[in-house]
Amino acid sequence: MPLNRCHDVKVIALNPHGPEGLEHGLWLLELENPGFPDVRPGQFAMLRPPSWGFDPLWARPLSICRALPDRWVFNFLVAGRGTSALTRLKPGDTVTVWGPLGNGFAVEPGTRTLMLAGGIGLAPFVEYTAAHPAPGQLSLLFGHRPPLSCYPYEDLARLVPCESFQDKTPEDIPRFVALVEKHMSEHAGGLALACGPTPFLRTVQAAAKKFGVRCQISLENRMVCGVGACLGCVAADKDGHNVQTCTKGPVFWSGDITL
Amino acid sequence: MDLRVKLSGLDLKNPVMTASGTFGYGLEFAPYGDLRTLGGIVVKGLSLKPREGNPMPRVAETPSGMLNAIGLQNCGVEAFLKRRLPSLPWRETPIVANLYACDPDEFGELASILAAEEGVAALEVNISCPNVKAGGVLFGQDPALAASVTEAVKKRAGNKPVMVKLSPNVADIAAMAKAVESAGADILSLINTLTGMSVDVRTRKPRLANVVGGLSGPAIKPVALRCVWQASRAVKIPVVGMGGIASALDVLEFILVGAHAVQVGTANFIRPDFSFRLVEELPALMQRMGVTDLDELRGSLKTG
Repeated sequence: MPLNRCHDVKVIALNPHGPEGLEHGLWLLELENPGFPDVRPGQFAMLRPPSWGFDPLWARPLSICRALPDRWVFNFLVAGRGTSALTRLKPGDTVTVWGPLGNGFAVEPGTRTLMLAGGIGLAPFVEYTAAHPAPGQLSLLFGHRPPLSCYPYEDLARLVPCESFQDKTPEDIPRFVALVEKHMSEHAGGLALACGPTPFLRTVQAAAKKFGVRCQISLENRMVCGVGACLGCVAADKDGHNVQTCTKGPVFWSGDITL
Repeated sequence: MDLRVKLSGLDLKNPVMTASGTFGYGLEFAPYGDLRTLGGIVVKGLSLKPREGNPMPRVAETPSGMLNAIGLQNCGVEAFLKRRLPSLPWRETPIVANLYACDPDEFGELASILAAEEGVAALEVNISCPNVKAGGVLFGQDPALAASVTEAVKKRAGNKPVMVKLSPNVADIAAMAKAVESAGADILSLINTLTGMSVDVRTRKPRLANVVGGLSGPAIKPVALRCVWQASRAVKIPVVGMGGIASALDVLEFILVGAHAVQVGTANFIRPDFSFRLVEELPALMQRMGVTDLDELRGSLKTG
C-alpha cells in the first residue's frame, strides 16, 4: 500500500474563469502536482488549506480537471463557505491535498462515448478527453447557466464535437431535457457518461433507461473525509444499501444507484 | 522518551488511539500512514447485524466542529471479523471493537463473539450514541441502565478489557463514571458527541434528516476536558479522553486533567494522516516541555 497520499502543496495560480467568472463564481485553481501517480479521469481530490484553522473544518472535494506533470488544475464553482474561502488563496499559499480519490469514468476506446455535462460537471471531462486514447470516439453535450466563457468548454471543443445549451429561464429546462433525450436516442449501443447536478443526473438516468444506453453518472455529494470512513456521503444503491460516494463512486453505473 | 501506556490489561505503545466512527475499520487510512505506529485503533461501532444507518443528509459542518447523524451504519460483526479484522495489523497495534446493541442481552452476545477473537484486544461499549432510537444515549444517561449494560458485557468478555464510552449529555458525569466502574468496567472513555442541531434559515429545515445529531470537533474540547477531569477524579480505573483533540498540545491537556490515553476523532477528517502525525509530534513536544514520561503530567493540573 503506497503511503503519504496526503501532501501539502503550493498554489501556482488562482483566477476567475474568463471575463465573467468572478460574477458567476467560477474559478480556475492550479496547484503543484502533489506527486501522486495514476490519476483516472473522473477522480477527485480533497483540498484544505491549513490556514483555515478549524473553520471551515472540512476539506472540499473537487473534481480533477487536469492532471499535468507539474500541476493539477481544478475548475470549481463557489457554492458555500468552503469554496468561497478557497477563492481567497494566493499563489504560494499551502493547500493540503489528498487523492486521487474515487473510481473515475470507464474508458472504452472502441466505443462511441457521449459525455453529458451540467454546469461545473464539465470539469472531469477535460481530463477525460485529454487522456482518452481514441478521442475520435467522443462527443459532448453541455448544459449551463453562466456564459460559456466561465467554463473550459473551448478546451474540449477544440478536440471533440461539442454542443452547448444555455439554460436561462425555467422554460428552457424541458428543451434541454429533450436535447438530452435526442442525444441519448442517437447513442444506443454506445456509452454515456454524465456529471452535474442531481436533477440533471436524474434526467440522464431516465434517458439512459429509456433508450437502453449504457451510462455512468458521477454524483456530487457533500463529503467529509473522502476516504470512505465517515459514511457522511452515502447514496442508496439499487438494493437500498447505503454506499459511500467517495470510495464506491463518485462514478456509478446509472442503473446501480437511486437518485 | 517513554510513551507506553497501560490501561487495565490493554497495553499501548503510545497514548494516541483513533476514535470509533472517525477511522472506519482502520484500513481506509492505511494509504496515509503506518497503522502499526498508532497506540490503538477503535473501529467503527459494530452491531450484531449490518445496519444501514439514518437517511441523508447525515452530516453538517458547524463552527470548529461538525454534526453527524450517521446512525451506526456498519457491516455487522460477522463481516468485520471475516473481512476486515484479518487485514488489520492487530499483532502490532491493539484493535478495540466498539459495540452497540439495543438491550443488555444483545450487548452480551456481541461481547462474547468479539471476545473470542484473538485480533480483538479490548471492547469499547457504546452506551452513548445520540443517533439511534433504540438504546443509544438512553443507556448512557441512566446510571442503572449503564451499569446493567456494563455488567452484561463484562460477564461475556472473558479476559478482554472492557472500556465503557460515556456520554457528556448527562447532569453528573462523575456519577455515571462511578456507576460503570462499580459494574465492572476496566476503562472509561469519554466523551462521545454532544447532542446538537443545525438549521438552514433559507429552507426553514434542519440540516440533518434526523433533525438532531452528535456535535464533535475542536468546538467541544472544553466540555470534554471538564468531563474527563470530573470523571477521572471520581474513579480508580484509567480514563481515555477524547473530544476535539487537534494537536499534540491538546493531548497533553487531556493527560493533565487525568486521562491516561486519548482518542482522536474528527481531526482525522481535517487530514487523513492526522493521527499518524500526532504520534510523531508528541515526543518533540514533550521534549520541549522537559517531560520524559506521561506519568509526570497525568492528573497534575494545578487548580489551587
